[in-house]
Amino acid sequence: MIRAEHIVKSFDGRVVLDDISVEFETGKTNLIIGRSGSGKTVLLKTLVGLHEPDSGDVWYDDVNFSRLGFRERKSIRKDIGMIFQGGALLDSSTVEENVKLPLDLFTRQSEREKLERVNFCLRRVRLENANHLYPAELSGGMIKRVAIARAIVMNPRYLFCDEPNSGLDPQTSIVIDTLIHEITHEYGMTTIINTHDMNSVMEIGEKIVYIHQGRKWWEGTKAEILHADNRELNDFVFASAMAKRARKVAE
Amino acid sequence: MLRAFGLIGRYFILMGKVFSRPEKASIYRRRIIFEMDSLGVNSIGLTAIISIFIGAVIALQMSINLDSPFIPKSLIGYATRETMILEFSSAVVALILAGKVGSSIASEIGTMRITEQIDALEIMGVNSASYLILPKIIAAMIFFPFLTILSTLIGILGGWLIAAATGIMIPADYVDGLLMDFRPYSITYTLIKTVFFAYIITSISAFFGYNARGNSLEVGAASTRAVVVSCVVILLFDLILTQVLLI
Repeated sequence: MIRAEHIVKSFDGRVVLDDISVEFETGKTNLIIGRSGSGKTVLLKTLVGLHEPDSGDVWYDDVNFSRLGFRERKSIRKDIGMIFQGGALLDSSTVEENVKLPLDLFTRQSEREKLERVNFCLRRVRLENANHLYPAELSGGMIKRVAIARAIVMNPRYLFCDEPNSGLDPQTSIVIDTLIHEITHEYGMTTIINTHDMNSVMEIGEKIVYIHQGRKWWEGTKAEILHADNRELNDFVFASAMAKRARKVAE
Repeated sequence: MLRAFGLIGRYFILMGKVFSRPEKASIYRRRIIFEMDSLGVNSIGLTAIISIFIGAVIALQMSINLDSPFIPKSLIGYATRETMILEFSSAVVALILAGKVGSSIASEIGTMRITEQIDALEIMGVNSASYLILPKIIAAMIFFPFLTILSTLIGILGGWLIAAATGIMIPADYVDGLLMDFRPYSITYTLIKTVFFAYIITSISAFFGYNARGNSLEVGAASTRAVVVSCVVILLFDLILTQVLLI
């Protein structure tokens, strides 16, 4: 479980997150949704410690992450996997080296054991025979898969995804969404996905949090989101044709 | 002025992170070797070309300026050797490397910053500053002295070649000049300077790259700032080190 308590974050005097409190549940695909510029990415980066909150706390189970120093955070960070919007693979390393890096740095496994684990993770994301390719040689979907493989290589307990299907075609987006959803259940992870894609919400969303103008506007399940009594949320949700169809079907 | 102090403060904070305990020595060893190749071996060609021409030009200019029957021709070899050792092979080569290596480091790390590769390392629990910057600093501090020695030898060779090719003097006189009043401490002095300059180039360039924000334009601007500031600091330290080590 990950819990944010009264998070406030501002940049140059502009408040980006305004008193956000929310709990993300273990073993579920938690989605943070909202328009571009609503503060989703800042919230995600605050949860993982890339941004320090001006006030408020982030809890990982019963540990107050916000109060820990760099070294103390390390033990929690080893339990965190993150998939960035652009993949964030190291350009100068091959697919295999990218996925193997956390194992190289933080385990005492033999080279053979590490390669077995890397190949297992690459097979899991259905990306075989790409070990020796560089990021520049991969398609957008392949980059996301490598990023997922790297994120899960250390068996993390928490998985964060920042717009994992941005820039992908609809079919590949579904593949990536499904993969993340499957992995979440397979490993019992607490997964938090940042997205403005309503297809993702309807496909894999189990708990949904709607952020608007830096504040938490609504939270609930995907069944509830179609009938929510919230104008801002409805404007956002029903801008998507798929959500409109889903409501019709539900009715 | 306040901004400059802020920048210096941030530089030292970053260096504190860079020199904190490395993650795993074996990983760093591999990265240092990789960086030696990338920053050092790849600079041999440029250093050699510039040094041979500068050595030849120094010899030619000396022969024009020392055109008197009372001044022995061997002084041309002596002056070429001293210029190459004392100033050109350390300071001028460092300025050239600040352009080549410095801009490459700043743009590489800057691109990693804006494409969230550094954030990805931080999330993994890696001390990104140490992992990315320390191997570059160590590699440059180890390898650049070899470039300095190479530059000196090639520059002196350039002077000899121009003497032999143009007939401005007898090559044997040039060699006599090279052996005249040689003080081995000059080599120590230039190598000490080179180690300082290697640290300045890599650490300052990495600092500007690491703090790049925004888009590719910002990376370009960070790269330019890195080269300019490195050059100024190199010249400043050239003066300080000469005062401290030679006078």
